[in-house]
Amino acid sequence: MRSKIIPFVFVAALAATTLTSCAGASTNAALDPNADLTKETLVVSNWADYYPETLAADFEAATGIKITIVNHATNEEVMGKLTTGADSGIDVAFVSGQYAQALNEAGLLQPMEKSMIPNEKNLYTEATTLGYDVGNNYSMPYAWGTTGICYRSDLVPTAPTSWNDLLNPAPELVGKTTMLSTERWMALPALKAMGMSVNSTNPDDLAQVKTQLLTTKKTLLAFDDTTFYSKLVSGESVMAEAWDGWCNYGIAEDPNIKFVVPSEGSDLWVDTMTVLKTSKNKEAAMAFVNYILSAETQGWVASNILYKVPNAAAMKLVDPAVLAAYPNMNMTAADLLKQESVIDLGSFSPEYTKLATEVAAG
Amino acid sequence: MRKSGFGRVPLWLTYAFLYVPILIVVIMSFNSSKNLFVWRGFTLDWYPAVFADNAIMVGLQNTLIVATSVTVLATAIGTLMAVGIHRYTRGGLIRAFAIAPALLPDLLMAVGLLSLFSLLSMTLGLYSVVIAHTTFAMAFVTAIVLARLANLDPSLEEASRDLGATAARTFWRVTLPQLAPGMVAGALLSFTLSLDEFVIAFFTTAPTTPTLPIAIYSMVRFGVTPEINALATMLLFVSVLTVIGAQRLTRITDSL
Amino acid sequence: MARQPASSIARKRAVQKWAGVPFLAPGSFMLIVFVLAPLILILGYSFFQRGRFGGVVFTFSFDNFARLIDPLYVNVIMTSIGMGFVVTLLALALGYPTALAIVRLPPKWRTIALVAVLLPFWTNFLVRTYAWILLLNNAGWINQALQGLGIIHDPLTMLYTPQAVAIGLLYMYLPLMILPLYSSLASQDAQLVEAATNLGASPWRVFRTVTFPMSIPGVLTGCVFVFVPAMSNFVIPELLGGGKTVLIGNLIRDQFLKARDWPFGAALALVLTVLLIALLVAQQWASRRVTEGPKEKKVTSRA
Repeated sequence: MRSKIIPFVFVAALAATTLTSCAGASTNAALDPNADLTKETLVVSNWADYYPETLAADFEAATGIKITIVNHATNEEVMGKLTTGADSGIDVAFVSGQYAQALNEAGLLQPMEKSMIPNEKNLYTEATTLGYDVGNNYSMPYAWGTTGICYRSDLVPTAPTSWNDLLNPAPELVGKTTMLSTERWMALPALKAMGMSVNSTNPDDLAQVKTQLLTTKKTLLAFDDTTFYSKLVSGESVMAEAWDGWCNYGIAEDPNIKFVVPSEGSDLWVDTMTVLKTSKNKEAAMAFVNYILSAETQGWVASNILYKVPNAAAMKLVDPAVLAAYPNMNMTAADLLKQESVIDLGSFSPEYTKLATEVAAG
Repeated sequence: MRKSGFGRVPLWLTYAFLYVPILIVVIMSFNSSKNLFVWRGFTLDWYPAVFADNAIMVGLQNTLIVATSVTVLATAIGTLMAVGIHRYTRGGLIRAFAIAPALLPDLLMAVGLLSLFSLLSMTLGLYSVVIAHTTFAMAFVTAIVLARLANLDPSLEEASRDLGATAARTFWRVTLPQLAPGMVAGALLSFTLSLDEFVIAFFTTAPTTPTLPIAIYSMVRFGVTPEINALATMLLFVSVLTVIGAQRLTRITDSL
Repeated sequence: MARQPASSIARKRAVQKWAGVPFLAPGSFMLIVFVLAPLILILGYSFFQRGRFGGVVFTFSFDNFARLIDPLYVNVIMTSIGMGFVVTLLALALGYPTALAIVRLPPKWRTIALVAVLLPFWTNFLVRTYAWILLLNNAGWINQALQGLGIIHDPLTMLYTPQAVAIGLLYMYLPLMILPLYSSLASQDAQLVEAATNLGASPWRVFRTVTFPMSIPGVLTGCVFVFVPAMSNFVIPELLGGGKTVLIGNLIRDQFLKARDWPFGAALALVLTVLLIALLVAQQWASRRVTEGPKEKKVTSRA
């Protein structure tokens, strides 16, 4: 009996898989500008502590739309959910720009309905020509920033100015530095130090990065994406590759902590909002995106989570005291645009994953 | 038989190994700094914060529902499977397949089950997590009960049959009591595994019905906070009370 | 299992041809629908290729298996097997005496002792792992204690090493060794031990010739339960290994979630699955040999 079932299941599974690959997007109807929003409900997935605590309540009070905000810890896991299942149950997903690009290429995103998002005008002009989605057609930027070196100014002999200060640290700093472990950011310092692009698809570039990183690894405390700023505060590490917003949390705990963008330049990363095609509440989703892009809401984001937002109107509302306490908040849009916008690398992406594996295992 | 105190040493060693980190968890729940790596003073504030945190409370409730359901289902199905394999098959491949789910990489099962559920157009919810967890938990029960069956004397069952009892009655009155310790061990393990399982639950549940591990994991953006330590401490405390209470009320220990 | 005369077995088999169904049906249904089907779905991808931005393109190919031969991946697989061995041995060394001690406790203490082993795991995994970070840190509790006592001067580097990963894995999977062992040891007939002792055997001899051999199926189960999951864990190598140790679990996770190269991830998972099936069959064969002795009787095995 068993021998008959297995071939059947196999064939059925194969057939079903081919069918699902054809199925793709569900509802493609145009959005209804007169839809009754109070009949719609929203499920939004965002990083924890990355939005106002009262966001759900405020949004519901303002629009009458019932909303639930759920959290995800990393881009990868929410991508896993969005790309595996037919309907993940999520209407709006906050993902970093290059992931939004990948989602769009997979046909999973609903184009932004600009007529429903008048607050888009609040954005800096620079924020409308970002490499992963020029024109913000399927995503809207939420927060942006760059990657640099976050360090304890009281514990390092000289302030770092170059990526090489991290890649080849002074002898007294050995065992006290950390780097980010996500593959694009693991490669970033070496790519920039050697004058290459953060979006490089050249295998020779990666080979050189690997050699540098294997040397650096011997001096490193750890590859750490999560607790690196806590280590700076406790003094266990003195220098870390860090995102600017994260460094601000360290600065909040210890004013000796400072942030610098190395002289060779860095990346421009953007966290964005996307609407899923499988959403059954697209009009409400667009209303949500619009609500976020208001000066007040995004202004709160900037003032409280200490990240820069691509919203000109919002940045004007940020308390000058905050700007003074966290210098990197003063980086202008023009400055940010001098850095390289991170984009998805298509079929070359797995090479970066392989690089990370080689460095970690080597 | 000489009851050696010396034989208890490994037991205490194991308990020390298991509980020293727990001690740290408890101590750190009183840390007034949000950053676990730095001690800034003593506070009790995190404990009320846990109750005020809706995401945690919802997650806890969901996890308890799932874990209890899984324990019941997995123990029942797993025990039946073990008896079936032991008595009616020659083992080998079917036994390997029955136990394999306990060992398959959780990410593989998670992604596979989500794909399957999508194919079947199932809307996800707590029940899909229960199904997913039961599939691997029952494998553990099967394995543990099989290990016990290997040592049991079949003559008791034979005697029962020879004396005229039906197969069902024999199973209920003779076989099951013999299997009880294995079933209890399997049930305890199923509960434990389901309670703290993250990867499979994450992929097989709806975003609006998180389990506790999911709620906690997604809160940990900057590392674990004392609030989560407070939650863990309370869970531990409640578990201890529950076990002591259950032991008083039932007579599980007698059957062992 | 004791040997039985061929005729009574033949009789039983004739009557019981369908008696096995109610026992095997629910489990088999779950296995086929919720284990086999998803496995085939995903592992089937290993014969296809990654789309440009992730996803699967259905052009048949064996490329993924060819890629597995890369020394990088072979190295990771070897490291994982090594780590699995170490953790399993440690778990056995700690777990066997523990299970034995629990079995020998007076009955009313046994459940409590068993539950006490599991209680720590009713807290949260992340919380426990962070506790280990705090313990093993350069400025952590152990180092501070040792330095405070003057035993060492500079802190020991314990965290972000393969040793830390091994400790973390041991901590996580120890119950999976203890429970099957306990179940197996508890099922042993106490009278056998009594008989051996009454016949004059020393406790060590009793253990060596009676207790331990009968517990081997439990030992093998426990070993398999620790060995395979230890290799496929990906969180502990990251948190306690500082991203400097890579196990098969990390590889699979990286391919599925980071590179979004499902076909290659599936190929890796397929290798792991085949390995574990082989292990299970070997474990079952070894258990059988130990409890039933070598098969010289064709009659009973065919019946």
